[in-house]
Amino acid sequence: MKGGTGRDLGGYLAPLLVGVAVLGGWEWLVWARGIPPYVLPGPLRIGQTLISDWAPLSASLIYTLKLTVLALAVAAVAGLALALLFALSRGIERALFPYAVILQVTPIVAIAPLIIIWVNDVSISLLICAWIVAFFPILSNTTVGLNSADPNLQDLFRLYGASRWQVLWRLKLPGAMPYFLAGLRISGGLALIGAIVAEFVAGTGGAASGLAYRILESGFQLQIPRMFAALALISASGIAIFLLLSLLSHLLLRRWHESAQDGERR
Amino acid sequence: MTGTSLLTLAGVSKRYPTGTLAVEGIDLALEAGDFLSLLGPSGCGKSTLLRMIAGLAEPSTGRIAWPGGAPAPRDIGFVFQEPTLMPWASAAANVALPLELAGTPRRDALARAGEWLGRVGLAGFENAYPRALSGGMKMRVSLARALVTRPRLLLMDEPFAALDEITRFKLNNDLLALWDAERFTVIFVTHSVFESVYLSRRILVLAARPGRLDADLTVDAPYPRGEAFRTSADYAGHCRAVSEALAAAMERRAA
Repeated sequence: MKGGTGRDLGGYLAPLLVGVAVLGGWEWLVWARGIPPYVLPGPLRIGQTLISDWAPLSASLIYTLKLTVLALAVAAVAGLALALLFALSRGIERALFPYAVILQVTPIVAIAPLIIIWVNDVSISLLICAWIVAFFPILSNTTVGLNSADPNLQDLFRLYGASRWQVLWRLKLPGAMPYFLAGLRISGGLALIGAIVAEFVAGTGGAASGLAYRILESGFQLQIPRMFAALALISASGIAIFLLLSLLSHLLLRRWHESAQDGERR
Repeated sequence: MTGTSLLTLAGVSKRYPTGTLAVEGIDLALEAGDFLSLLGPSGCGKSTLLRMIAGLAEPSTGRIAWPGGAPAPRDIGFVFQEPTLMPWASAAANVALPLELAGTPRRDALARAGEWLGRVGLAGFENAYPRALSGGMKMRVSLARALVTRPRLLLMDEPFAALDEITRFKLNNDLLALWDAERFTVIFVTHSVFESVYLSRRILVLAARPGRLDADLTVDAPYPRGEAFRTSADYAGHCRAVSEALAAAMERRAA
């Protein structure tokens, strides 16, 4: 416990100081060099724009966030379900896993235009793109987790005549939770990136209204401060998603898993 | 002593797919209520033998028979070398597992798990997670889990080998007390001469590669055994006899 609070404070203070220093230096550079806002706006100007243009920006933020959360949710459910299917049948795993890899390694920028053409509804096509990017880490992590149950515990379940379902539900699934949650944390950020990238590809069509579309629009209109404001919102969303998923992981695992220990070991 | 056979092995051998002969030609009749130790160096097939008796592995040749009827899952308890607990479950939930797998409602299973935690000296630790328990306490949870179904046969695979000596002595005494009260049959795998003499009524010495029964010794000291037995001349004499049997077994194999 010694120095615990001091360490916590240092943990928050250090990145905060770096942030303040970078923003301060940026503002100073813009002011000292007299850089015009259409080339590089200072942080204060970006903040002002964030407030003055809040109505269109917040609408875009909500659109992008909805897309991201929905894509992540579908990826989590589908990834978990498919991993469970793999755990029940090695044959299915062998048959399908290569295609999951293909889905993962194909650049989303390259296939997004096709998906947008094939699917009539732009929002749904964006959702599919974000899902494709977010899906694989969850599937792959959960599969590893389900396959790494303690062999002695598996023997114990066999000894007591456990059914396949009991082994899956009581042994493999709880053991895979840390892996699943680690995958979810990676996929949270990827879902956001997938949503933004797909929107960039679709954006010139003008039908969508997410943050990427705001960035494109602001670029065309040379509204550079608004472009930066949208960028700041994307970063903030990414950080918020990561923190929320880390919190979820901590709450679910704190009682037993090493990755989520409170304080010292016994 | 009833004198009835719980279990008989006739010419049991195990050859792994790699071609390694792990155990060869084991003949054994195990009396109900006995405390039997399998003693031998590492690689002598003790664990393989135990796994075959538990039904976790099939003998390549030979027969394992249960004269009193084939065992149900609840009739065999198994304690591994590691505590082998589910880290995400509380001590009580770990102990309740065998009952729940057999369909006992959760409440009843947890209640009986609580009783057994008390009997292994862990009353009050029902809600503790394995992470918060010491090595000896985890082993006690593992022992409670093996006994919660009131098995006829308790199989133990070097269960206390990783513990310090003080903890091991305590667990030895508690195991003997439980055995005395419950009268299950024990097969206890160990590589410690002292532990086998202190605990068992009968000691089988195995030689390595392939594992073969080399000596069958009886420790006729009366139970209950305690610290007085551990320091007695009788104990020392048995330890010497068993050590000599073990040394002879290893020498024959080396020759």
